[in-house]
Amino acid sequence: MKKSAWLLSGLLVLASLTGCQQNGVKIGVSAPISGDIAALGQSTKNAVLLAQEEINAKGGIDIGGKKQKVTFIIEDDENKPESAATVFQKMINQDKVVAIIGSQSSKCSNAGAPIAEAAGVPQISPWSTNPNVTKDKKFVFRACFIDPFQGKAVAGFARGKMKAQTAAVLYDVASDYNKGIAEVFRDEFTKAGGKIVGFETYNTNDKDFSAQLSKIKGASPDVLFLPNYFNDVPLQVQQARKLGMTCKFIGSDGWDNQELIKMGGKDMEGSFFSNHYSPDVDRPASKTFIANYTKKFNTQVDAAAALTYDSVYILVKAIEKAGKLDPKAIRDAIANTKDFDGATGAITFNGSGDPVKGAVMIRIDNGKFVFDSAVN
Amino acid sequence: MNMADQQGKTLVRFRNIAIATILVATLVQFLGNVGLFNNYYLHILTVIGINIILVASLNLVNGYLGEFALGHAGFMAVGAYVAALIALKIPLPALVRLPLSLLGGVVAAGVIGYLVGRVTFKTVGDYLAIITLGFNMIIVNAIQNIDYLGGPRGLTAIPKGTNLVTVAVCTVITYWILRNLVDSVYGRMWLCIRENAIAGELIGIDVNKVKNLAFTIAAAFAGLAGGLYAQYQQFITPKSFDYLKTTDILVMLYLGGMGSLSGSILGVVAYTVLMELLRNVLGMVAPQLADLRMLISPLILVLIMLTRQYGLMGNREWRWLLPDRKQAEGGDA
Repeated sequence: MKKSAWLLSGLLVLASLTGCQQNGVKIGVSAPISGDIAALGQSTKNAVLLAQEEINAKGGIDIGGKKQKVTFIIEDDENKPESAATVFQKMINQDKVVAIIGSQSSKCSNAGAPIAEAAGVPQISPWSTNPNVTKDKKFVFRACFIDPFQGKAVAGFARGKMKAQTAAVLYDVASDYNKGIAEVFRDEFTKAGGKIVGFETYNTNDKDFSAQLSKIKGASPDVLFLPNYFNDVPLQVQQARKLGMTCKFIGSDGWDNQELIKMGGKDMEGSFFSNHYSPDVDRPASKTFIANYTKKFNTQVDAAAALTYDSVYILVKAIEKAGKLDPKAIRDAIANTKDFDGATGAITFNGSGDPVKGAVMIRIDNGKFVFDSAVN
Repeated sequence: MNMADQQGKTLVRFRNIAIATILVATLVQFLGNVGLFNNYYLHILTVIGINIILVASLNLVNGYLGEFALGHAGFMAVGAYVAALIALKIPLPALVRLPLSLLGGVVAAGVIGYLVGRVTFKTVGDYLAIITLGFNMIIVNAIQNIDYLGGPRGLTAIPKGTNLVTVAVCTVITYWILRNLVDSVYGRMWLCIRENAIAGELIGIDVNKVKNLAFTIAAAFAGLAGGLYAQYQQFITPKSFDYLKTTDILVMLYLGGMGSLSGSILGVVAYTVLMELLRNVLGMVAPQLADLRMLISPLILVLIMLTRQYGLMGNREWRWLLPDRKQAEGGDA
């Protein structure tokens, strides 16, 4: 008993003694550095470190004519909502950050948003596409488009450019991202005069889709929409081809990873998907970012990295515009961001937490992601 | 030590500790609200309280009854969703809403727990572990497929009903009930079943019924923790309650020690404080090692388990948390 009581009190004393003090502007970053999407956490971290290096190389953030160095406090939320809540509490109350970038998955951003909102600390989520994240929140923003926009963009593309009369959908019902896009696509495609001939579901980690695909094959759609992640899509496409399906495949930003082509090979050729940006688009901002990122970390840029990088600069620009480290002034400056020239395109906020920005359609051509067209 | 012993008979007893806990919690919450107490620590204390309810209730089944159930997060999910629905859909004044929603969560999780227990206690050992794990998955998958419950998107904007005071009151009540149960004739029956189920049956214990009683009570308290969690976090998603959550609960349970309610408190506090300490110390001393937090903390757990096989407090209790009668007998501390 004695020992355990000592242990307990020792831990508590240590806990109350810690807490770090650093000078300059402090910005919190909540990223899934461990857990089931750890690769994405690494991209987040890389993008933030790159931005930190660039900003401090220029002397820091210009606040009211005085340059101040910036420190990013990157915390691991393990892709768990309760850890995200802890991380948000820590960054706001202990590190006294002026704003928070993150988190990436919608479930973690959703857990952090009420805390940021209550504390009046601006939050920008790079990658959370679930509409609920910013709903009814004053201090919560995101740098990406939302699921309904993407579903609408893909449906428009399928009806317009691909001239599809009929479409089928196969999606992961246990994931909010997949389900959200699938439902919007169904509604928008029907509204545009097309016909949905199949709407099939599966569960995360399923590997055999032949039952659903056979059913879809019977309805012979012009296109098959697969709003799923890159690790599932190649299996679905290959199994569909094996069944003798000849339709075109379209997808969403979950396809954006080189693994898609590595795993899917020839079967992926000629497919389209929507994305946040394309390296091919002739924008100086994206070109510089991609060049610097690949040089520094020697890996491919993914959408999460590009969106994180944009989130950081939206925030930095807003702090400079506000001219002071006042959360409310920074919040107003973010909400009034006009034509921000980011790596993922021009970003404008119209007073709400969701940006007005376009999507791009990407074609898979000779094993490469090629820019096809822009959708606004 | 002598002084402490003397005090143990007069001042340091469960009722006083319980009252003191609630008073301190109220003070801390008040200081936190006016900005005099770091809200980060307030948050950690609240999370510790909720986790003590979860771990102590699972201890009933895995520790005292000696079974290996793997579905605790599923019952937490039931409590969380029922409480969230009551809080969201029924317009009630805040003072009525909180107890009613928590009660709803407790009853719903208890009923589901009873039904699951009816089925599962036909089996023992590994089979029981698999079946309870299966129920955890069924509950999570079912919620994912019900649009009314938000499906995989979860429920947002749940009114904030829970604070440290609520959690402290619930934790104290939970501990009091569990402690008295363990000390009651049912507690003896659970221990008897754990040591030798056949002997228990021979002396006239209705083994399945008594087992299911423990399981139902454990599920009901998991529901209480879920209800508190939902109204604290203000956001729930089915994935928060999958087997990974169950694993977290198990880690704290085994760290603290099986068959020890004091151990459940110690396990939760030690684990939570350890994780946050690593976050802060690594961030301050060696930021480049911060990514290794999830590697260092399990390592520490392994070391503790190797040196203290039965957890920090296996089958022992802090004297001052025992019922008065046992305390006077000088229970094992």
